[in-house]
Amino acid sequence: MSETALSTHDSEVSPNRDVLLKMLRYMKLHRAIESRLEIAYRQGKLVGPLFVGTGEEAIGVAGAVQLGAKDVIFPSHRDLGGFLAKGVSAEQVFLHYLGRKDGPTRGRDANLHFGVWEHRVGSFISHMAATVPVAAGAAFAIKSRNQAHVVLCYNGDGSTSRGDWHEGLNLAAVLELPIVYVCVNNQYAYSTPLSRQMAVDTVAERASGYGMPVQTVDGNDALAVYRAMQPAIARARGGLGPSFVECVTYRMTGHGAHDPADYVPKEFFEAGARTDPIEQFTNWLLSSSRVSPFDIDAIVREIEAEVETAWAVAEESDYPDGPETLEGVYAD
Amino acid sequence: MTTYIEAIRQGLLEEMRRDPDVFLIGEDIGAFGGAFKATDGLMEEFGPLRVVDTPIAEAGFTGLSIGASMMGMRPVVEFQFSDFMSCAFDQITNFAATTHYRLGIPVPVTFRAPTGGGFNGGPFHSGCPEMYYVHTPGLKVVAPGTVYDAKGLLKASIRDDNPVIYLEHKHLYRRLKEDIPEEDYVVPLGKASVKVQGTGLTILTYGAMLHACLAALELLPDHRGAIEIIDLRTLLPFDQETILDSVKKTGKVLIVHEARRTGGIAGELTAVIADQVFEYLDAPIRRVTAPDTPVPYAPPLEDFYLPNGSDVAKVASELLAY
Repeated sequence: MSETALSTHDSEVSPNRDVLLKMLRYMKLHRAIESRLEIAYRQGKLVGPLFVGTGEEAIGVAGAVQLGAKDVIFPSHRDLGGFLAKGVSAEQVFLHYLGRKDGPTRGRDANLHFGVWEHRVGSFISHMAATVPVAAGAAFAIKSRNQAHVVLCYNGDGSTSRGDWHEGLNLAAVLELPIVYVCVNNQYAYSTPLSRQMAVDTVAERASGYGMPVQTVDGNDALAVYRAMQPAIARARGGLGPSFVECVTYRMTGHGAHDPADYVPKEFFEAGARTDPIEQFTNWLLSSSRVSPFDIDAIVREIEAEVETAWAVAEESDYPDGPETLEGVYAD
Repeated sequence: MTTYIEAIRQGLLEEMRRDPDVFLIGEDIGAFGGAFKATDGLMEEFGPLRVVDTPIAEAGFTGLSIGASMMGMRPVVEFQFSDFMSCAFDQITNFAATTHYRLGIPVPVTFRAPTGGGFNGGPFHSGCPEMYYVHTPGLKVVAPGTVYDAKGLLKASIRDDNPVIYLEHKHLYRRLKEDIPEEDYVVPLGKASVKVQGTGLTILTYGAMLHACLAALELLPDHRGAIEIIDLRTLLPFDQETILDSVKKTGKVLIVHEARRTGGIAGELTAVIADQVFEYLDAPIRRVTAPDTPVPYAPPLEDFYLPNGSDVAKVASELLAY
């Protein structure tokens, strides 16, 4: 992937200032929440594993900020920004990671395996790509009811080798469903590099075979992702069917916090660090005078306070009682 | 007189007319009307968005039905054969079955699955996969053995807010005929039915094996009044109360199922009976089941494989004499 500067051509569609500030805020909040979780993990305060999306924040955010309240998103485990832009709070994230009874799964599930359906955020499961056909089903319901909502479904490059991914994309294309599939291509499936995952050059080539428009963009360029998502979302909203957007990025950590990632060459991390999406986006916002340093300071202060308050509340909150295990298996 | 499969077709038709959120999805169910014609004529009335033909992609259309149900729709999935549910096992057991537990939202999908042997379908068209799903909390599993129940259980399954595996027995499709009510009715999930009353032996069964048990009764004319036959109808959750009440009365138990022996529901029922009413038992609990092999193709092999009325009668008379 080339390390180009942010796409700043004036002729291209550009989000307004409010949207730009929102994007910056959610990208920074994504990183701040996960930085707090990394501290907690090292302190042994997290009961389970931790998977972060450091360096991948642009992708979830640039899609989700374009959605309305009734649009649906199925994020995957490095797309925390997508959860946040759809209305999930830092407190809900912390409650969930800590397994507390007031969390979105009441202690039932771990890490980013959760949704908040009132915000139309669906939950993925550990079986990679399982949400690909499920998200198509949400889009099918929208189409059946003749509504103009859309569905965004996020998956990593690793999940594009699974059958569910292929069956889901094919169904979405054949049934012309209002959905955008987004691939967070961070170039590794746990320890397996792309070259051992597929014999084509891009994930988009795989998607293209199912008969939908595809794009491959620099996933560390928030504006490029925004601009790629916009026509794809418009196409879905207009009832013209699915699209596929591949966002190439760098996984800046191991698979999880437990993984030192010795198998990743150091040049990879260096390239990722040079193209950090938050840094690039911030520099562009400042250099193009779209926001001032004061705006950015205000966002940083607000996020710091929000994260610390949310963490304190979550840490003070109760675990569910053991016998609650038995509750909620069935809908009454 | 209505056939078992016509009762299923009527159940689908009536639920689709009653509720616009009900839709059907599966392979060859639209223009073709389904491999067994359970959806014959429905696309003409409801169109291709409510009778949805799909590619051969069981995991795909199962996942799709789950997503649509999360949005408040009530999909009815048709697997062409219950054997092919294995292709969607992950979506059913890990996604559909856990969604309410994890997210607190209902997944009202009905999975229709033509099941069972008796027509020389061989290893991949004759299976009884119910126990994979009975072992999965969050699912319900039903298996109608009569025309009345085929319709009533289907309607109850579609109206239920949980994912329900509805195992319709292929062997019964056109062999069973009954007069059933014209008006709307449901058969509640989780309730067994006492088909024949008796005082000396409880036979617990379901699906096509109900008819093997009824045939056994004909082979044992001297034991009329001794044999009680209970059709479980729902396997998950099964009707513990009806089962235990019967065992307390008869003191002897025979369990009959077409699914394979090891890990069949007979084992679970035996454990519950032994645990709850051991002191009422007057004989060992016995079972008649298929053997632990794949379902074979050639007629002498499949005849050997499938339990029949004589097999049931033999063990029933041994138990009555015990």
